[in-house]
Amino acid sequence: MIAELGLAVLWMAAALAVLQLVAGALSLRPATAHLAGVVRPVAILQGVLVACAFAALIWLFLSTDLSVKLVAENSHSAKPFIFKLAGTWGNHEGSMLMWVTIMSLAGGFVALIEKRLPENTLIATLAGQAFVSLGFYAFLLLASNPFERLPEPAPEGAGLNPLLQDIGLAFHPPTLYVGYVGLSIAFSFAVGALVTRDVGPAFARAMRPWVLGAWIFLTLGITAGSYWAYYTLGWGGWWFWDPVENASLMPWLAATALLHSCSVLAARNALRTWTVMLGVVAFSMSMVGTFLVRSGILTSVHAFAVDPTRGSFILALLAIYIGGALLLFGLRASTVTEGARFAVLSRESSLVFNNVMLCGILGIVLVGTLYPLLTEAMGVKVSVGPPYFNPVSAVFAIPMMMVMAVGPVLRWREDKGGRITWQVAVPALVSAVALLAVELLFAPNLLPALGLALAPGLAVASVQPLVGRNLRRTPLPIYGMVIGHLGIAVALFGMASEGAFSTERLAAMNPGDSQQVGPFKVALQDIGPVAGPNWTALEATVSASYAGGEPTVLHPQARTFANPPGNRTESALLTRWNGQLYAVLGEEGDDGRWQMRFWWKPFVPMIWYGGALVALGGLLALLGRVARDVKRLVAIDKIAYRRERQGR
Amino acid sequence: MNTMIKPKHQRLVLIVLALVALIGAGLLAAYALSKQAAYFYLPSELVAKPPEAGRAVRLGGMVEKGSIKTQADGVTINFIVKDDKARVPVRFSGITPDLFVEGSGVVAEGRMEGTTFVADNLLAKHDEKYVPREMKNMTSAEAKAVIAETK
Repeated sequence: MIAELGLAVLWMAAALAVLQLVAGALSLRPATAHLAGVVRPVAILQGVLVACAFAALIWLFLSTDLSVKLVAENSHSAKPFIFKLAGTWGNHEGSMLMWVTIMSLAGGFVALIEKRLPENTLIATLAGQAFVSLGFYAFLLLASNPFERLPEPAPEGAGLNPLLQDIGLAFHPPTLYVGYVGLSIAFSFAVGALVTRDVGPAFARAMRPWVLGAWIFLTLGITAGSYWAYYTLGWGGWWFWDPVENASLMPWLAATALLHSCSVLAARNALRTWTVMLGVVAFSMSMVGTFLVRSGILTSVHAFAVDPTRGSFILALLAIYIGGALLLFGLRASTVTEGARFAVLSRESSLVFNNVMLCGILGIVLVGTLYPLLTEAMGVKVSVGPPYFNPVSAVFAIPMMMVMAVGPVLRWREDKGGRITWQVAVPALVSAVALLAVELLFAPNLLPALGLALAPGLAVASVQPLVGRNLRRTPLPIYGMVIGHLGIAVALFGMASEGAFSTERLAAMNPGDSQQVGPFKVALQDIGPVAGPNWTALEATVSASYAGGEPTVLHPQARTFANPPGNRTESALLTRWNGQLYAVLGEEGDDGRWQMRFWWKPFVPMIWYGGALVALGGLLALLGRVARDVKRLVAIDKIAYRRERQGR
Repeated sequence: MNTMIKPKHQRLVLIVLALVALIGAGLLAAYALSKQAAYFYLPSELVAKPPEAGRAVRLGGMVEKGSIKTQADGVTINFIVKDDKARVPVRFSGITPDLFVEGSGVVAEGRMEGTTFVADNLLAKHDEKYVPREMKNMTSAEAKAVIAETK
């Protein structure tokens, strides 16, 4: 009953999306302008209905209703509660329903609160949003119905892939989806503004919170995904340039560029066409990401769908949206009037430079990700990995970070080089000293050395905008920028340190044996069986003492899951302020010794702390912007109220 | 001195800059890909036309029965990857994937050192749903045998 109800509600929501699109499009004509009043309520109702459908699916998973095909194929009655819940989106159909839910809720939210844009631009935006949603409704209802029943209820569910049975599943996909979908809103705003030929600061200010929000969630999603891969895969790496990771990185790069060009448009009314273009590109990258991950073209834990029709369906959606938006852009770009001018040395220029560098990195990642797929279609199998991505993206990333250190202290419109001599000299000096010290003391490879040199200079440069300001009266968005840029420096330091200083020890050990790993002395004490709610494991007891100090006990495990059958190594981590010890239990050899693998990774947690700082910076900026908007709305209300009283 | 760009030119300058950067990125990517992409080899291809030493490649084939030999350090293994026509000795240090067993398919990432293939990483079947991408659509008959074994 719940399943049928969910499906019915989903169909109704799809019908409302049609209404939203048609009414929105018609209301742009003067003859049928009265239809505009329908659009906002319909958008809100549509969001509520899809949320109900998603709630129905969650209910089916929580109660393990095995007469529903999706539940029977992906869940199991003996699974812990949190994985029953997260299992709702740990599969193809459920994750697509979540995508549509977040998208429609966001559209409803825009309809509910957005008051700054001219009404017809907003209506065009909501119609655009309905158009995007419709494709996904069609995909869900025609090609991946989550509520399909089995002819006979299954006796027991097939369970969830062991790799996904981790607390990360509860957070990682929703976070990334909110990011992807937030970019769809930015896309709809861009389309709306193009349709009504109304690209200007008001449009940028309306779009900015959505871009910021999407960007914060993408940052968190990527950071969390990286840490998840780091500790569950047991390979000790934090980024593999796996196509699936790239699929989340590309929208982030585009969103970062969009965020910055949005600021220029909002503050200075420049970069109009460029911002609209980036809005289209950012959402296109989300779609490319979805296509890569969900079409089954890649084999990974992320690719649930192996049904080729689904892949073609997403590819068709991709072509319609990106092609349509580019066509609209091509037709209307020339009608977007010239923005304000700026000098070669100005904050605008530095932001343009960084935008172009970000797009360069985006291009590099896109080419490297698609190249193996293209050559495979021609019968040549290649794989593209770190030897390509690391140096080639660094060619763009390093100049970008240098300009990033200078940009925030430049003035809008036009600046003089002499004014900022010190602000350039201090970070440059810090970086030069760091480079010299690193080369003399450790002589690591080129890229880690450059990273170790750039990071401290960038850190110093990132706090410079606060120098000489009254800290209490500094607006929140400035703090956001400072903390965001500082986060990049911190993450860069972590990456470079991991690359330069990691030590690895691989050994076959008997209980009682010990090994030296960097500054740690690790001893294998014991190996024994343990049992969890739906798995059994071999667990090693390892004591690790840092530089002769008190030993700490670690428990790396090799887990075996029964439903569905599978294995997963559970690495053990010991985190200190200056790095992490990483321990993995391998197999028992023929001679009874156990394979153990250890890494000492100095300052590696900085990578994720840095990512969290970047997200925090975004959050502060968002809070600052929203607070100002709310203040403005209150002030407008007050004025209106006063006028009303005076009028009486 | 007024360094402001003329309004008419500003958009043009921006477009040209962006195009130059993107074309530069494209050329750089193409050049780096021709140097850095790791090609996939079957054992017979590797023997017939070995890649230059030190170049990262992938080798996919079947682990010969009875060929896995663990060295004295307990963590380095030597084994043979073969197809119908050729056998390639492989050395690997590390923890092997759970489903790495003799007579089953494997993809090794690494490079040739002399006549031995030194693997940095082994990809075997993680579970029944995951098969390395290269093994799904191998064209030659040997590859089909690999898939049959892996299924």
